[in-house]
Amino acid sequence: MFRKPPEAPDAVLVEVEGRPVRVPPGASAAAAALIAGLASTRTSPVTGEPRAPYCMMGVCFECLLVIDDEPSQQGCMVTVRPGMRIRRQEGAREL
Amino acid sequence: MNAGTRAGGYDFVVVGGGVVGSSIAFGLAERGRRVAVLDEGDRAQRAARTNFGLVWVQSKGDGMPAYMRWTRRSADLWPAFAQRLESLTGVGIEYRKAGGLVYCLGPVEFDARREKVEQLRAQADIYGTEMIERAALERLVPGARFGPDVVGASHCPNDGHCNPLLLLKALHAALAIHGAHYLPDAPARNIVHREGRFVVDTPRGSIEAGRLVLAAGHGTPALADAIDLPAPMKAERGQILVTERCRPILPIPGSGIRQTQDGTFLIGSSKEKTGFDDSTTVAVGGRMAARAIRILPELGGIRLTRTWGGIRVLTPDNHPVYAESARCPGAFVAICHSGITLAAVHAADLAEAISGGALGPTLEAFHARRFHVPKAA
Ligand SMILES: Cc1cc2nc3c(=O)[nH]c(=O)nc-3n(C[C@H](O)[C@H](O)[C@H](O)COP(=O)(O)OP(=O)(O)OC[C@H]3O[C@@H](n4cnc5c(N)ncnc54)[C@H](O)[C@@H]3O)c2cc1C
Ligand code: FES
Repeated sequence: MFRKPPEAPDAVLVEVEGRPVRVPPGASAAAAALIAGLASTRTSPVTGEPRAPYCMMGVCFECLLVIDDEPSQQGCMVTVRPGMRIRRQEGAREL
Repeated sequence: MNAGTRAGGYDFVVVGGGVVGSSIAFGLAERGRRVAVLDEGDRAQRAARTNFGLVWVQSKGDGMPAYMRWTRRSADLWPAFAQRLESLTGVGIEYRKAGGLVYCLGPVEFDARREKVEQLRAQADIYGTEMIERAALERLVPGARFGPDVVGASHCPNDGHCNPLLLLKALHAALAIHGAHYLPDAPARNIVHREGRFVVDTPRGSIEAGRLVLAAGHGTPALADAIDLPAPMKAERGQILVTERCRPILPIPGSGIRQTQDGTFLIGSSKEKTGFDDSTTVAVGGRMAARAIRILPELGGIRLTRTWGGIRVLTPDNHPVYAESARCPGAFVAICHSGITLAAVHAADLAEAISGGALGPTLEAFHARRFHVPKAA
């Protein structure tokens, strides 16, 4: 669905589902998950359906991710930092 | 008259398509009455869309045992009411008769609550709320880790909760299935009683019916005078906080915290005298959040996603007013807080009485003339 941008010389190294991925500086965590090739980035706590980032502008909450162990983060609103660990959000977070 | 309305006229026109008007209209339509429901548009201020979703018995009816019995009757009717609505419309309304809790932080609150519960118990024999200590509370809600200040709670097995937005949706769907006409963007501007019939003027034309139910929330007073109905009312703001979804830990709703079926925590609801201003404030939201975190400290680690404010529909004593007009027989008014709790009894007993043409002795206590009785010195 998406084409990977050419790798910038100043690419940021992050970890998506445990695998190293280089992404452009300024990219969002949601973009990093898509660049890493995740087809779905969370499952709905209501229906269990697989979901993925949608609006990429903070409105729809479809992009929830576990970022550096912090659950249910809106991935499209978080800018990547070197070494950031990004994982899928499975269903609702624990309290 | 306009397209979309019934040529042969209506038996009833219900003014107000919030939860109260829609519940009564549903009951009337179930009884074979030809009903039109007039409502405002999407931007209208509606308590039906801003409430907390509790079916709540344990704190109701102080000073008015008739109201305590009426509320309890509604709670008893709720399971069958929810089932009837769901199987008719296919809309799940997430009703659970899970019981209800009022948390007590510290021994002073516990003693005050105990006193209140005893006071209520003394007023009507059907009152079924118990005080429970922390250990019993933990057994009742094993998934929740309560904060150190929680010493116990009052617990009522007759309480419950539902999704109030889906309730309203289901009621509107049920109206359509029964052939009733729900007319949005058709606010009543004026009501005339002429030759024993009611003619209601709206921007979409006028609607005529043999009888009329006025249940327009805070729109009621502006229309009541013309048909000689009482409408003593006051406004009160309630703010509600909404969190992100979490794994379910709290199956029992509480007066200030409940977890919805989808995992969202709702935290509420403030009581503020701010007129018809339905905005939210950080100061009030912060106080509600702080108390919720004392009850369930783990809530401190999750995110709020939104907040809203709503205006309660209240009478001077906070108890319902139901009345028929003396000068214009066939015109009824229904004004009440707790329209979710009372939805089941409104669709049953109240609709039955209105359909039959008289409120009768059970509902006598709810007439607004109670406000005119001079208090003994
Ligand atoms: C913060 C908050 C929390 C609450 N929590 C609970 C709870 O947990 N449990 C519970 O049981 N209750 C709760 N309530 C109370 C409950 O929401 C109300 O009792 C109920 O919504 C009142 O219903 P209503 O139909 O009378 O009024 P509304 O829901 O306000 O509806 C009135 C309707 O009349 C329409 N209208 C107004 N003027 C006209 C006109 N001229 N012509 C035609 N239509 C008109 C409006 O557009 C609206 O649709 C809460 C309320 C608030 C504000
Ligand atoms: S993709 Fe819509 S909020 Fe992030």
